[in-house]
Order: sequence, then C-alpha cells, then structure tokens
Amino acid sequence: MLDTTRRVATPEGIELSLHLAGPVPRALAWAIDLALRVGIVLVVMIPALQLGRAGWGVVLLTMFFVEWLLPAWFEAAWNGQTPGKRALGLMVLNDDGTPVRWPAALTRNLLRAADFLPVLYGLGLVAMLVSRDFKRLGDLAAGTVVVHQLDRRAAREIPQADAVAPPIALALSEQRALLELAERSSTLSRERMEELAGLPTPLVGHLDGARAAARLLGMANYIAGRH
Amino acid sequence: MQHAADWEAFERFLDAANPPPFPPAEMPARYRRLCQSLALATDRQYSPELIDRLNRLALRGHHALYRSRRRESRQALAFLFAGFPELVRREWRLVAAAALVFFGPLVALIAVLQAFPEFVHYLLTPEQISSFHAMYDPANPRLGMRAADSNVMMFGFYIWNNVRIGFQTFAGGLLAGVGSLWFLAANGVIIGAVAGYLTQVGYSETFWSFVAGHSGPELSGIVLSGAAGLRLGLAVIAPGPLSRRAALVAAAKPAVRLMYGAAALFLVAAFVEAFWSPFTGIPWRAKIAVGIGAWAALLVYLFAAGRRAAG
Repeated sequence: MLDTTRRVATPEGIELSLHLAGPVPRALAWAIDLALRVGIVLVVMIPALQLGRAGWGVVLLTMFFVEWLLPAWFEAAWNGQTPGKRALGLMVLNDDGTPVRWPAALTRNLLRAADFLPVLYGLGLVAMLVSRDFKRLGDLAAGTVVVHQLDRRAAREIPQADAVAPPIALALSEQRALLELAERSSTLSRERMEELAGLPTPLVGHLDGARAAARLLGMANYIAGRH
Repeated sequence: MQHAADWEAFERFLDAANPPPFPPAEMPARYRRLCQSLALATDRQYSPELIDRLNRLALRGHHALYRSRRRESRQALAFLFAGFPELVRREWRLVAAAALVFFGPLVALIAVLQAFPEFVHYLLTPEQISSFHAMYDPANPRLGMRAADSNVMMFGFYIWNNVRIGFQTFAGGLLAGVGSLWFLAANGVIIGAVAGYLTQVGYSETFWSFVAGHSGPELSGIVLSGAAGLRLGLAVIAPGPLSRRAALVAAAKPAVRLMYGAAALFLVAAFVEAFWSPFTGIPWRAKIAVGIGAWAALLVYLFAAGRRAAG
C-alpha cells in the first residue's frame, strides 16, 4: 500500500489498519489549537484586567490551564481529538488502536516540553521522521499514535471510464495502488500520469502513454466495481 | 444480502441510533462476526472498497468494545491516600538521587554564602538582588511580593511558573535524564543563593518565616518531578532486557503517576505561598513552627501512608 499504515492485531485475530498522520497535518492542527488557546486567553483577559492586579492572577491561571491541561483534557474526553485535530480529521490512539485515556493523554502533553526543544518542536520533528510511526517523543513515552480518522475520509473520486478487466489477477496491494493512482490522476500533470502509466508493463504491455493511462483508469473502474 | 444488512445495523449501532438496531448485549457477538467477515474479505482479496469499509467498521467496533470504563473518582482518592506515597517509596532510589542533586547545591550555597557573601554576585544579577532585597525587607507589610501585588495574582503566578518548572524538569528527563538533572541543580543553586544571601544580610526572620509554610510541598514537588524525569532518562540509558521504546513506555506509567502527585503538591504550595506565607500579622516564630509542622506532616505522609492497605 502506498499510504503509511500501521497494522494492529486484535484479540479477534484480525488486523486493523491505522492511517498514520505525518508532521504536516499535525503541525496544522497544532497551529489551530494554538490560535484557539491564544483566543481563550484574550477572551479571559478582557474582563479579568478590569479587576486590576488580581485579574492578572486569573489570566496566569488560564494560561497555565490552557497550555498544559486543556489539550490533554480534550484528548482524554473527546475521542482523542483536540479542536485542531478534529478540524483536520486526526485522532490520538494508543498503540493497540484503543482510545487514549487520561494517563496517556497527560503523558504526551506534558512531554510536549521536551519535544519543543530546541525551537518549535525541533526534537519532536526529528523523532517523528526517525521513528516508523511518526511518533514525537511524547508519543514514544505515552505509547500513542496520531492517525487519520478513517470515517472522515472522503469516498474515492475516480474518473469515469469504461471498465477493463486486468489481464492478470492482482494482489490487494496492487489493486489499491491502481485505485490510488486513479484517485490522484486529476492532480497529476498529463506527462507525469502518462510516464507512470507506462511503468506496469504486465498490465499495459507496450501501449504508449496516453492509451496506457486510459487503460489503467479503466482497470481502476473495474476494481472499484463499476462493471 | 444478509451481511450487508448486518453491517448497516452495526454502523447504526455505533452511531448511537435511537432506538438501537439490536440490544447492546448482542454487540460483542456481532463484532466478532464482523471481524470474521473482514478476515475473509482480506484473505479472498475482495474489492479494496469493501475491505476498507469493513476495516473502518471493525476499528470503530474495536474502540467501542475496548474502551475502558474504570471509575476515576474513587481511583483518585485511593491514589491520594495510598498509591502515591507507595509509589514514592518504591522509587526511593530515584527520589533520593533527585533530592541530592537539588538539595546538595542548595544547602552548600547557604553555607558558603555565610563565609563568602560576595560569591552571590557570580549567581545573581544586581537587579535580582535588589528585587529580593525589596521583597524581604522587614518593613514590607506583605512578604515575598512587591508592595502593590495582590494575593490572587501571586497565586496565578505561582501556579503558572512553579508548576511549569516542575513539568519542564519532568520532560527534560527524556533527554537521557540530563534535562532533569539540569533543572534540579539550577533551581537548587538559585534558591540556595537567595536563601544564603538573605540570611547573610540579616533578613532571616522575614525570609525564613515566608518560605517555611510552602517550602515542604514546593521543594518536594520539584524533587519528585525530577525523580519522575530520571525514571524516563534511566529507561533511555539503560533499558535492560526491553527494547528502548518498550522500556520508555513502561517507565512513563509510574513517572506520570509521580507527576500527578507532584502537581498536587505544587497546587498546595501555590495556595499556601499566596495566601498564608506573605502575612506578617502572625509572629515569625509561629510561622516557622507551622512550616516545620508541614514538613513533618509531609514526611509522615510519604513514609507511612498506605502501608496498611498494601500489607
């Protein structure tokens, strides 16, 4: 499969696939959460500062709460999602695919301080790129992964074409590769699509670019069940 | 098709449809049937579309079935009265090491500064020294703060600042323990420098009567944060028979439980520091006595609480 997935074995003897989230969507989710946190502090600040110096105490308490506890609270109580993660369709799960609870959520959020070093999640990014499951340090210690929420994934958009049966039986991963190529064909340049389409010679033989691409789209339609 | 109807019902059950499509007691059996369908579909290489759908459903069923539902409020009380002190005793080696790294420079500096007062200039800037001078001047009606500060503000500040220091001390442990050791030693040096300097210039009554009350929970909070961080650091350095990653996951569990306790101690400390420590209406001897009592109570709690429950 082309996506980064993690297989989790369950007690029922099956394997579930989790679709791991990489640094970019996670950084975006973090930015949304940051904006939200700043927003909360500002909203508290406006009335609180009317109280004079005591108001500063309230603001500092809010800053503490919002920085350390709120993300963990969201993840423990709200399906493993902070508002930013929900906006991007991400969620935090334990390594075994079960929902996170307080201890794990708190562990990964307290250790955020170590990930943040030396600047802007430098260590966290390195850890994510080095570890197989895109784990930052907090995820490593808490035993958690951040995954794409499956039920939020849009249905496949495959360009319509006349279905063509593949000339040979394809393994599941090969079928998926074809479907994903078809899915992405609208975002690829024509030249790149034709170049890619020429590669699987067992499927397309010696057809040239444009006809090979059309043939592959036809097979994708066949695999997607449009026949 | 029989299965399609089953899957649809399962999906509606997970969406918490009202009324539920089948009694909740049937859920586990239906989930196992779904798992069987998924295994079959994968094995027979059915269409990716179908396998994705079944995988999605099985994952949601897995979440619903294996979500743990322990009662947390009762657990919290048991942790407070027995679990936490027990944990501190079990980790006593790390706690002792963290205490040594923290209290070592603290006590040493208090002693050194009595003999060589000018040494303080290596540790604190002139601005810091003059601000501590102002805070603990016996003429200041409320100790430990500048004259215009309010108690609520200081409470917020102590929570924001001190608990953050504790959390950083803990998180620094991930860097092979170096971060924890650094924060422990650095805080020991600063506190020792301030305490030693103020004692030497003759502000002992105001300074020691201010810090007596909250020093117990606050300093032990730092030490326990450091011990929790060292637990992580040790797992990174010496994972033993486990893989480094597995050792870290195993170490994080007791470590974060230590942090629950440390955070509670910081909370108590901030409360005392903001609302009791600054008052000068009480004779300084009484405040020192209360402080010693607080230390004694804390040590008795950590050494004795939960022993009967464990035995």
